[in-house]
Amino acid sequence: MIASFLIQTLNGLASASLLFLVALGLTLIFGVTRVVNFAHGSFFMLGAYLAVSFYGYVGGGVLGFWGGAVFAGLAVGVLGALIELTILRRIYRAPELLQLITTFGVVLLLKDVVLFTWGPEDILGPRAPGLTGAVWIFGKPIPQYDLLLLVLGPLVGLLVWLLLTRTDWGTRVRAATEDRDMAAALGINQALMFTGVFALGALLAGLAGALALPREPANHNMDLTIIADVFVVTVVGGLGSLPGAYVAAVIISVVKAWCIGIGDVRVFGTVFSFSKLTLVAEFIVMAIVLIIRPWGLFGTPPAPQRVTAASILPMPVPDLKRLWPLGLVILALLALPLIADRFTVVLATDIIIFALFAASLGLIMGAGGMASFGHAAYFGAGAYAAAVAAKAGAPFLVAVPAGVTFAGALAVLFGWFCVRLTGVSLAMLTLAFAQITWAIAFQWDSVTGGSNGLVGVWPPELLSDKTAYYFATLLLVGGAILLIWRSVHAPLGYLLRASRDSRIRAEAVGVDVRIIQWRAIIVAGAAAGLAGALYVFSKGSLSPDSLSIPRSVDALAMVLIGGVQTLVGPVVGAVVFMTLQDWVVRATPYWHAVLGITLILITIIFPQGIVGTLRQWRQRREAEP
Amino acid sequence: MRLGRLAVAFAMMAVAAAPALAQAPIKVGEINSYKVIPAFLEPYRKGWELAVEQINKSGGINGRPLEVISRDDNGAPGDAVRAAEELVSREGVVLLTGGFLSHVGLAVADFAKQRKMPFIASEPLTDKIVWENGNRYTFRLRASTYMQTSMLVEEAVKLNKRRWALVYPNYEYGQSAVASFKQLMSARQPGVEFVVEQAPPLNRIDAGSVAQAVADAKPDAIFNVTFGADLQKFVREGTTRGLFNDRVVLSVLGGEPEYLDPLRDEAPVGWIVTGYPWYAIDTPEHKAFLEAYRAKFNDYPRLGSVVGYSAMISVGEALRKAKSTDPEAIVAAAKGLEHMSPFGPIKYREIDHQSTMGAYVGRIGIRDGKGVMVDWRYEPGERHLPSDDVVKKLRPE
Repeated sequence: MIASFLIQTLNGLASASLLFLVALGLTLIFGVTRVVNFAHGSFFMLGAYLAVSFYGYVGGGVLGFWGGAVFAGLAVGVLGALIELTILRRIYRAPELLQLITTFGVVLLLKDVVLFTWGPEDILGPRAPGLTGAVWIFGKPIPQYDLLLLVLGPLVGLLVWLLLTRTDWGTRVRAATEDRDMAAALGINQALMFTGVFALGALLAGLAGALALPREPANHNMDLTIIADVFVVTVVGGLGSLPGAYVAAVIISVVKAWCIGIGDVRVFGTVFSFSKLTLVAEFIVMAIVLIIRPWGLFGTPPAPQRVTAASILPMPVPDLKRLWPLGLVILALLALPLIADRFTVVLATDIIIFALFAASLGLIMGAGGMASFGHAAYFGAGAYAAAVAAKAGAPFLVAVPAGVTFAGALAVLFGWFCVRLTGVSLAMLTLAFAQITWAIAFQWDSVTGGSNGLVGVWPPELLSDKTAYYFATLLLVGGAILLIWRSVHAPLGYLLRASRDSRIRAEAVGVDVRIIQWRAIIVAGAAAGLAGALYVFSKGSLSPDSLSIPRSVDALAMVLIGGVQTLVGPVVGAVVFMTLQDWVVRATPYWHAVLGITLILITIIFPQGIVGTLRQWRQRREAEP
Repeated sequence: MRLGRLAVAFAMMAVAAAPALAQAPIKVGEINSYKVIPAFLEPYRKGWELAVEQINKSGGINGRPLEVISRDDNGAPGDAVRAAEELVSREGVVLLTGGFLSHVGLAVADFAKQRKMPFIASEPLTDKIVWENGNRYTFRLRASTYMQTSMLVEEAVKLNKRRWALVYPNYEYGQSAVASFKQLMSARQPGVEFVVEQAPPLNRIDAGSVAQAVADAKPDAIFNVTFGADLQKFVREGTTRGLFNDRVVLSVLGGEPEYLDPLRDEAPVGWIVTGYPWYAIDTPEHKAFLEAYRAKFNDYPRLGSVVGYSAMISVGEALRKAKSTDPEAIVAAAKGLEHMSPFGPIKYREIDHQSTMGAYVGRIGIRDGKGVMVDWRYEPGERHLPSDDVVKKLRPE
């Protein structure tokens, strides 16, 4: 028993080493550039594939394996530098998190590059020469290579630590991590440093990918399966903290290994499977850590914001005389079923639903300044509540409000914790809550249908026609979006924006910032719930993917593509994103690459979002004599 | 690009073919998760492309050429249903086919029921698609989770081992395979014990820890349901840690080239698996398929190729037999439809719309540094389906 426990701990520590190497790169990059690099998992995947090819090319052996690791690290490092120079450099001044969408574009692009270059089949990589066997510890076998990893992870970490603390370059990097503005004021060449740090981070991820090969075949899921864990490790450890990343990687990996070791436990006659808990263990750890220590285990609150005056221009109250385009849009929407075919109506229904989803996120991200990586939680919760109600026999007019209410109630709960945090920590806490919600939907077979979800949730006779459902959706969503827009220029919106622009001043004039933010989250949650409820009735079925990370990323992409600091931006973003995706999926088998490149281009050309950047251009033109 | 090439091929055929083929094509919609499961679905696409070519060369569907419009659903049921809607209402397809993931397959099946549109599900293995959630318009080709489990249970009973470990991916496919295994084993071998259950998340197995936990429970035998990268990780860790010494392992899908080939000389010798020994099947129907496939693609077929090919042959035969594109006529034709597949004759049963396509059961061996199936035999699907009474109870109608 004790022996098993110790061996599982060693297993956990070996896994932790790889996770740490990837997370180390991400935390360095974030610390200096503030870029949340979604493509970090892709670097890991690319490292594995490059090392496999190197091994095959050299013909195996010690040189093939370890040379391959070095080669993969260097090659991915160079690629990282290129990506920084050609893409990211252009958008450092864009709103926070835009880079998330840009790097998501890189993820999609690299996915297709890997598929095209290495083919669809998994490639089992080489084992480390001379380390293919097992060592017996406490009477149980443990792979020799795992023991090496156990040492190798901290060793590489130590090297990076020495680089950061014992060299001039490292000192400058630390200065920039601590206080970027001050470092720039002291004359540190930021451009060069950003490229260097990005390359180093990518190198570490590529190296980790190569070192993972004896344990994991090179495969197409490596990028997205590791990236969530790496985000968690980075945040739990404290953003930018090297020892934090190691400790967090150890905690996450060892907790998972223990869960597997414990297996099934019988409590009062019911079996609880700790093995199944590994589905979400890291997110439970993250939620607990963030609630207790908002900046992570080793993190410190970010340097005080120097720009206390509104860096974001106040949102103008829409001029009633200039509202005629809105009238035209409404007319066009009403006329659509007359002129378009049935599928266009179906697609338009989807787009309208996602417009509400995006608008609800836009409220808390734009006016509230609170990013959310887990907005799908409310969308999915609304959808599930409506579907469960409908399955229990509730009519449409009861099921939809049930969805809205349930999503709102969930927002009451999640929001209460979230408003205690700010910035990336807040966003990551929303992600943790969303993943926990997802895991519950995934496992609760008797209510949610488990991984299959629920089917046969269709609207009543009256709305079963696609055009009828379109009008019902248009009416409900239109009303909800107008309410959201109105609320931005209502007291809630003003107080929310005041809290965003200067929390200290807002509090000084008596605004209870947390209550205001909480209210906004509840409104947004309920609105997303409405979107979810309408979605399930339009599709007839529902599965846990409606709560998943990709769904949350979709919402983020829509808001940021449209323009986070504009009223109509999220809606425009939803229209652009959905239309684009619908078109590109049908146009080419390599639609990942095309969509990825398009996302990259859109974020470079329209760093403030389409609406925001167009407005900027207009203002600049008007300002010219 | 492929669609483009296909279109060119059609255009050329249209010019060359007899006047009969100059008629308007019959359109069929195909939906699958090509980007999510490329290892299985790229060969699958080749399989149905071959079938379409053969159908059109032999005169099409009663003189009309068959045209397939394919869509990627990105692994999401919502996207699949939207694609289905587009295919039905904009492209005017008369039938839907495709599917890999259980939840996507079930969503499309439900759409088919709602829109009264025939749907021949090719791969989704979930039992529910023909039983609990079965409907008038949905048919399924592939041997289901239950059927493949039942094939392995026969081998398991012969082994007469008492203590079993269960390792499966934590979602519908893994869960229902294990549920069926437990149920069938308990019925056939009283006293059987299931000493440990490990249910890692799909694609995210911590193989070392799982192998260790399984070994700690000291099972006599292991029933494995993981596949793909999870399986490769589990095999490697288990081998290094000696988990498989003196233990028999039963593994669903383990002999399919998609999952066996990447293991190369590390393929776990002696495992009892379901799969597809394409290199050794010498029936005339398989030889013909193998030659045609090799000639067209200069590659050997994977199981996905057979599934894609056979599904499209089913589509063609159903349409031929229906002599009409009316959905009810197609459904009537597909009920009880019999035709030849590379695995031999198959039949879509009237009672639950499940085809009798079987699978090959054998042991893993190594030949020329590659994993192969040895001592294999074909298990016809009809032998591994429950009695009609049980099916009637499961299926609403």
